Amino acid sequence: MIDWQPLILTFKLAFITTIILLFVSIPLAYWLAYTKSKLKPVFETFVSMPLVLPPTVIGFYLLIAFSPSNSFGSWLNNWLGIKLVFSFEGLLIASIIYSLPFMVHPIQAGFSNLPKSLKDMSYVLGKSRTTTIIKVLLPNIKTSLLTGIVLAFAHTIGEFGVVLMIGGNIPGKTKVASIAVYDEVESLNYDAANSYSLILFALTFTILLVVYLINGGYLNHIKK
Amino acid sequence: MIEIDIHKKLTSSLGEMDLNIQTTITKGSLVTLYGNSGAGKTSILRIIAGLLQPNSGNIIVNGETWLNSAKRINLKPQRRKVGFVFQDYALFPNMTVKENLLFALNKGDNTKIVNSLIEIIELGELQNRKPETLSGGQKQRVALARALVQKPSILMLDEPLSALDSEIRFKLQQYILNVHKEYNLTTLLISHDISEIIRMSDKVLEIEFGKITRQGKPNQVFNYKDLSAKFQFTGTIIEIKTQDFLYILTIRIGKDLVKVVADETEGEHLKAGDKILVSAKAFNPIIHKIG
Repeated sequence: MIDWQPLILTFKLAFITTIILLFVSIPLAYWLAYTKSKLKPVFETFVSMPLVLPPTVIGFYLLIAFSPSNSFGSWLNNWLGIKLVFSFEGLLIASIIYSLPFMVHPIQAGFSNLPKSLKDMSYVLGKSRTTTIIKVLLPNIKTSLLTGIVLAFAHTIGEFGVVLMIGGNIPGKTKVASIAVYDEVESLNYDAANSYSLILFALTFTILLVVYLINGGYLNHIKK
Repeated sequence: MIEIDIHKKLTSSLGEMDLNIQTTITKGSLVTLYGNSGAGKTSILRIIAGLLQPNSGNIIVNGETWLNSAKRINLKPQRRKVGFVFQDYALFPNMTVKENLLFALNKGDNTKIVNSLIEIIELGELQNRKPETLSGGQKQRVALARALVQKPSILMLDEPLSALDSEIRFKLQQYILNVHKEYNLTTLLISHDISEIIRMSDKVLEIEFGKITRQGKPNQVFNYKDLSAKFQFTGTIIEIKTQDFLYILTIRIGKDLVKVVADETEGEHLKAGDKILVSAKAFNPIIHKIG
């Protein structure tokens, strides 16, 4: 029987990452969708960087930044008592950065595709920006939100390079499923590697299938 | 009384344009903005609503200053009492018809007004439907009702009827006139349709390239006084034939072809393809070139 801990850890990481990302991404995507600031391209580039940068590069710089032998890392360690290298918290921060574009892009596109008149009308009717976002804009981009949530979740499950750099391979702390697969292959336990892989394969397939079914409207007749 | 004095540099499809509008609007009147697209009509309404910031100007509505760029007063759209019907209606797709109206209420407002508007604008049967299931005319009525929920000082309608066919259009003109009187509103309307303007408005402002070029009562502005015809229609000349000293014009009016006689003085300036206005006073038709 395989060790379930890496799988549980993977889903715990993906779950917490997704929730934090949702709260971070909504204001960020809103800002990116509506701002006229000249700095917008710079922020857009930063958000998209994890799409093209090798995960090991992100992992490497985070490792350097969080390392207790550097000023930022030692400040965190001494003043806040937080150790971000080779810990679950560090993994979480790396995952948030790494999966950011997968959450921000669909939500930003959702905001941009809404007619601008909806927001204007809500203002004319005397509603604040917050009320407008919660009651008018977000309910009308539900499919974008769902896409963002699922892609960020699935992408966090699939990460490997960043985790390996910043988290290492500590059982129960930072050894997630994708690393477990690598680990088992290294020690020639192909059966165990196969079990992890199959589970990941089936789960991610199911998650994505559900999203496409919902967003494609195939489940509408069931809802009604 | 509404006093408007606004200035704004706009970049339109025709290039840079200075929007420069000074006018006063009597309380309780229905005023139409008329002019080519791109002339700045929608921008005027958006500036009054606070959705577009002018470079400078004043807007005073019934003694309350909404905008005074010299004193740096600039009320947010939320605090200006306007009812606005956008060209695309902007109904909230996630809410039913009734929820759209309820959303317009302020906290603690009595919901009675929503129910009476549903009655006046005859939305009873539609109130639990979502906007996507409504026809253009129905959407328009919902948008009109929603704009009235907050009992606005100004009701503004941006080409509310242009997308509708003539029968529904006529009915909606009646709805707008009814609520305009019922709620004693000051109404600003954008329209391209001269007959609609004559039917509905007390005053018309013709806007060209960001400036008011003519203003006054519709029949003054459109110069209908010197043409006291009994009935009239517009058409396009298909063919002109001369017979002795008469001209015989074949005109397409709507789907029909009509033959009309014209005398020498009328006929010699016309050619096939011209747009003309044919009007008749008792038995002699008058022909008037309009394009």
